[in-house]
Amino acid sequence: MAVKTQKAAAAVQNASVPASPNFFKAMLAVARKDLTAELRSRELLSAMLVFSMLVILIFNFALELEPDIRRKVTAGVLWATFAFAGTLGLNRSMAIEKDRGCMDGLLLAPVDRSAIYFGKVISNLVFMLIVEIVVLPMYGVLYGVNLFQPGLLGVILLGSIGYTAVGTLISTMTVQTRMRDVLLPILLFPIAIPVLLAAVKASNGFLSGAEFSEILAPLNLLIVYDVIFIAIAFMVFDFVVEE
Amino acid sequence: MIIVKKLVKRFGLKVVLRGVDFEVQPGEFVALLGPNGAGKTTFLRILASLSRPSMGGVSVAGYQLPNQAAQVRARLGVVSHQPLLYGDLTAEENLRFYARMYGLANREARITEILGMVGLENRRSDLVREFSRGMQQRLAIGRAVIHDPEVMLFDEPYTGLDQDASSMLDDVLKNVAAQGRTVVMTSHDLARAEDLATRFDILSRGVIAASAAQKDLQGGNLLDFYRKALAG
Repeated sequence: MAVKTQKAAAAVQNASVPASPNFFKAMLAVARKDLTAELRSRELLSAMLVFSMLVILIFNFALELEPDIRRKVTAGVLWATFAFAGTLGLNRSMAIEKDRGCMDGLLLAPVDRSAIYFGKVISNLVFMLIVEIVVLPMYGVLYGVNLFQPGLLGVILLGSIGYTAVGTLISTMTVQTRMRDVLLPILLFPIAIPVLLAAVKASNGFLSGAEFSEILAPLNLLIVYDVIFIAIAFMVFDFVVEE
Repeated sequence: MIIVKKLVKRFGLKVVLRGVDFEVQPGEFVALLGPNGAGKTTFLRILASLSRPSMGGVSVAGYQLPNQAAQVRARLGVVSHQPLLYGDLTAEENLRFYARMYGLANREARITEILGMVGLENRRSDLVREFSRGMQQRLAIGRAVIHDPEVMLFDEPYTGLDQDASSMLDDVLKNVAAQGRTVVMTSHDLARAEDLATRFDILSRGVIAASAAQKDLQGGNLLDFYRKALAG
């Protein structure tokens, strides 16, 4: 019996160990997994969409303003809506990993852990962009503003990247606490202020038809913020998830 | 296969492991027993590279932790009382996801093989959230062995299972062990541990209080051995 066990042990030891998975394949696997699960349950997206629509409607009734003033507040209302809805999505996205212990399953994979972070950023970004794609025409109809301008769409993309990059990192920290629902916005909003301010300024610039030179400063800030936070998250994610 | 020397783990001022020495030979099935709060789960999480040791040396499959954690994880399968599975994915989607994370090339064949091994081939397209606790735990074992690991860690795998599900899990566990894997399992169920393991280590107050091979237990009375170890 002992000999049989030793032989079997040797067989397992000699078995080929799987090749270390490619960083990008692991990243895409995480994103694909999140998207497949969400397309099936639609829990996260439906909550984000309903919330966004309610915020837009509330602002619409609260701000019964002149068309000109409405145009001026558009960027602020839009980004407030995106930020609140995004927070909902970030919280839920990480809670799914934590509640069934799946985060441990991810961390047990022999991949660079930042691949997990970037996979989550991609899926969170896709969820946020889907919400934005639905919110923009709805806002356009309610407020009588044409929002489908290439410049504005670019700003929304850059702002969403920055927001989900920092949001995914912070939600990974807060999901491990008992007060995660409350803690995420409390920690995230102060850190996300630069990206939100820059996004509002750049969006306002495109909506008001300002000179590109005027929009360049907030646009640069957005790009720099995105690069810095993605780099920071790449460096610290391993420590964030470690016990 | 596993060598642990003077392992200490602290959480703030609380010392959970106080210099654990532990060694497992290839192909051994070790049951790590002990009361609640003895540090069994913490110990297993350190072996699984999910937690860093505060002091001491840990080597799994010839690789040091925490410095060579990725190499260790490639050779390690972990099953805990939580299944680590996604409820909104089907059984095969869950396995496919983990197969991708482990970089397996022959994914589909391996998934079919694993589903057959855990007796879920007929439920491969069903959502995991519709599975019973026992089925989820069997699939969790399938997830843990998908990359054919040399070392398996089981943390209270019988938690929440009824008699039938436990018996089924027994068979799956025996199958996993019979393939020559090195297994460390924590459990409160002495009868099950006695049935499965080849060695018993008792973890108490943060140290290994006693250790005995199955053949060395006089009359096979694990309960007496366990009580004496805790009393000493």
